[in-house]
Amino acid sequence: MSRKKTAEEYRKTFAFRFFRWLSGEKDPYTGEVEMHPQKEYQPDPGAALRHEKEHDAIMDKVYDTEHNKWLHLFHRLYQATSILFCLFLIALLLVTVSYLPAVGTATRPVNNEVAERYIEKGLEETGAVNIVAGMILDYRAFDTLGESHVLFTATVTVLILLRLNKREKDEAEVSDRRFEPKNDAILQLVATFLVPIIIIFGIYIILNGHLGPGGGFSGGAVIGAGLVLYLNAFGFKKTERFFTEKTYKWVCFFSLSFYCLAKSYSFYTGANQLHSVIPKGTPGAILSSGLILPLNIAVGLVVACTIYAFYAMFRKGGF
Amino acid sequence: MTAFQIILMGLLIICAVSVSFSKNLLNSILIYMSFSLVMSMLWICLESPDLAITEAAVGAGITSVLFFVTLKKIRAIDASGNETKEEKEHE
Repeated sequence: MSRKKTAEEYRKTFAFRFFRWLSGEKDPYTGEVEMHPQKEYQPDPGAALRHEKEHDAIMDKVYDTEHNKWLHLFHRLYQATSILFCLFLIALLLVTVSYLPAVGTATRPVNNEVAERYIEKGLEETGAVNIVAGMILDYRAFDTLGESHVLFTATVTVLILLRLNKREKDEAEVSDRRFEPKNDAILQLVATFLVPIIIIFGIYIILNGHLGPGGGFSGGAVIGAGLVLYLNAFGFKKTERFFTEKTYKWVCFFSLSFYCLAKSYSFYTGANQLHSVIPKGTPGAILSSGLILPLNIAVGLVVACTIYAFYAMFRKGGF
Repeated sequence: MTAFQIILMGLLIICAVSVSFSKNLLNSILIYMSFSLVMSMLWICLESPDLAITEAAVGAGITSVLFFVTLKKIRAIDASGNETKEEKEHE
């Protein structure tokens, strides 16, 4: 086969270079064009300083109190007015307080028939030796239900604000490790002794809520504090064996819905003058006072989980 | 009102004033913790142990821990517990 052009001549033609580029043998730019690798952008520290100086100069000129008499006067007036306003507010509050009825007098508005009823019939009607528990979980159980939901809503809000997605979570793990010294021997030894005691004390406060001081909220807070200490000492890997986001979800769901259903039942029977099947028990026994003990447990679970969830979310944006 | 309660109330006022005058953020949190502790003692004096337990657990424990974590996250205190360089320069 004869060629019109020799191989050497062919190498100079446009078609040869085009097909060579097309097949990817040689990039026409490499080796031909001078190329510099791009530098990483670094802000000039001098420029920032200069900018700050300019800013300061402008501020000095604008707020030049030495030469601007009106501004000077205004600043003085501002200070004097703020002090006067504070004094006025303090005086106003003190005068208002002086008009309040004295502590312990019989004519105080607090001394009404509601408090009397709580004190006189509280034990009989609720079965709780601790009248405070009888009040917050029986007479005013609706308030406590609202409080539990406020706590739950607060956790959900924190979850919306601080929660990270999966990719960010890995980075968070790194930063968490950098900021928190893990495997601290002293902390771990102390936690080994303290955490069981703290958690058992919290459980005692919850279960004893209707007999002595304490109750769901305080006991739950103590358990939550114990969990936070455990987490600090041993890290997320150990706590994730028994507490994950799923646990939190189910515990909160079951506790809150149990509270709703139980209280709905007692409100329904109470409002319709029906006889409630829940026994009151003998006052002073651990299994007494009707619904107060299970409600205390439900509130305690929600509070403990919420506190742990808050801490975990603040630390690394998830559990 | 016994002398003990008056001393506790004086401590409360001292704590409340010194929180706002303390320059170091870590110190402020510690003073805030002690405020809660004194407050919980006062609750016991006022015969409300329910509140005392809650105050000690939530006020002195959990709120302060959350404050610590937040300060650490925004790099206001470093690992050794001192204020960071940026903070000092800023001052």
